[in-house]
Amino acid sequence: MIAGRAAICGIGEIAPRRDTGNQTTVELISRVADLTVRDAGISLRDVDGLVVHQIRSMSMGAVALVEMLGLQASFVDRVDHGGATGAAMVARAAMAVATGACTTCLCLTASTRLPGAPGPRVADQSPTAEFEEPYGGIGANYGYALIARRYMHEYGTTPEQLANVAVQQRANACVNPDAIFYGQPLTLEDVLDSPMVLDPLHLLEIVMPTGGAAGVLVTTNERAQDLRPPVVQVLGLGEHVSHWSATYAPDLSTSAVKPAAERAFAMARVKPADIGLVSAYDCYTITVLLTLEDAGFCPKGEAGRFVEQHDLRWNGDFPLNTHGGQLSYGQSGIAGGMSHVTEAVRQLQGRAADRTVPDLELAFVHGNGGIMGEQVSLILGATR
Amino acid sequence: MTARPLPDPSPLTQPFWTAAKERELRVQRCHACGTYLFYPRYLCTACGSDDLRWCAVSGRGTVFTYTVARRPTHPGLADKVPYVIAVVELAEGPKLTTNLVDIDPDDVVIGLPVQASFEDVDDTTLVQFRPVGPGR
Repeated sequence: MIAGRAAICGIGEIAPRRDTGNQTTVELISRVADLTVRDAGISLRDVDGLVVHQIRSMSMGAVALVEMLGLQASFVDRVDHGGATGAAMVARAAMAVATGACTTCLCLTASTRLPGAPGPRVADQSPTAEFEEPYGGIGANYGYALIARRYMHEYGTTPEQLANVAVQQRANACVNPDAIFYGQPLTLEDVLDSPMVLDPLHLLEIVMPTGGAAGVLVTTNERAQDLRPPVVQVLGLGEHVSHWSATYAPDLSTSAVKPAAERAFAMARVKPADIGLVSAYDCYTITVLLTLEDAGFCPKGEAGRFVEQHDLRWNGDFPLNTHGGQLSYGQSGIAGGMSHVTEAVRQLQGRAADRTVPDLELAFVHGNGGIMGEQVSLILGATR
Repeated sequence: MTARPLPDPSPLTQPFWTAAKERELRVQRCHACGTYLFYPRYLCTACGSDDLRWCAVSGRGTVFTYTVARRPTHPGLADKVPYVIAVVELAEGPKLTTNLVDIDPDDVVIGLPVQASFEDVDDTTLVQFRPVGPGR
């Protein structure tokens, strides 16, 4: 059980941008570390745990960053869950403070971005690469296209229903000045008329790469009470890894979101109907539909109709990705996934500026990695 | 011009590519439990046995899902656009990633019966699939 033992007491963020200039990933990580501890009202000297992701070309990057940030750490980890990394970091930090491995753990993510770079991904060293890359099976787009095509075939979901997710999330981004697409409303026609990249994925259903950073500070519930309020409780967490390549997934149209979310809900002893905000990974529109139904927010196969029937804006009947989602906020590498955590924390603390969801008590945060193969769910709660 | 990505076989995977050169589709089969496996492994994913043997399969299957690349997924494939990337479910069970050839991308449907087809590219032979049907 994690409830009552782990809490989030600080967040930091460097908003997405298209060009991070001459800043390095390590610089962004350092600056977001500072923002995060300041938010909690503590200093880096108070931190005894650090969780980061793979940072390009850095060997033992987590250890190097302990030294660079001037820490003495009793818990250090590097998480490698692709898009689910942010949520998985918070889950690991929560387990570390709950068991006493450390008391105050920083989770840091960052990515640089230069305009025009990079092109298609280079070949990786995975065991499946030689059976996919010769056929053009490279990058994430084609995998999600395969999933979307199969899902639409099984459930009759329409292109309009998928596009609806992008449109409604854009409405949220238009209330968030930090979003990369702030001030640029979107219509269904805009999405459906945007170029087809890989059938059935239109350009505007695919996430926008940016540079930026995000940090989350996790500590024991006891220590959190002495820090700057309001504290956000970690009430439940769940994880499930089902596959690496979409081709070999046990099932393409029902995802591993289901077991991850079920575990998190059971641990938190709450149910989907109790949730007031969903902050769910959205690399593509199809990802959101699968997550909503596999986490239990609507019956299987109904997510297309669900998003049409509900108002997903911050002030609607089913607030979803109130920062705009990565589709409209921007995906700063691994920090993109972490933005779903920071937004939920901000909302539970009642400090999401003009888009604050009123009287919010419980949020469902979800991270998705790879080609729907790595799933991490968190249930976060406000302290009232 | 960037070259199309091609396999760099390992001792584990070489039998697949050697068979393809001979115009035959071969996959591993577990001698202990009978499960057909793709991609090549050291241990059976169904029972854990290490007694995996290469065997020829029919080359017949159906389209499980697919996408049409309207933009190249690799610079070396720019001259192939639009091309179909598909997951084919073999009659024997395993699924594999492939291209569909001899068909208009707009005519592809899930469930389409297909047959393995071999294309030599440099010193490699790729396994692709084409529709099964009258006149072919």
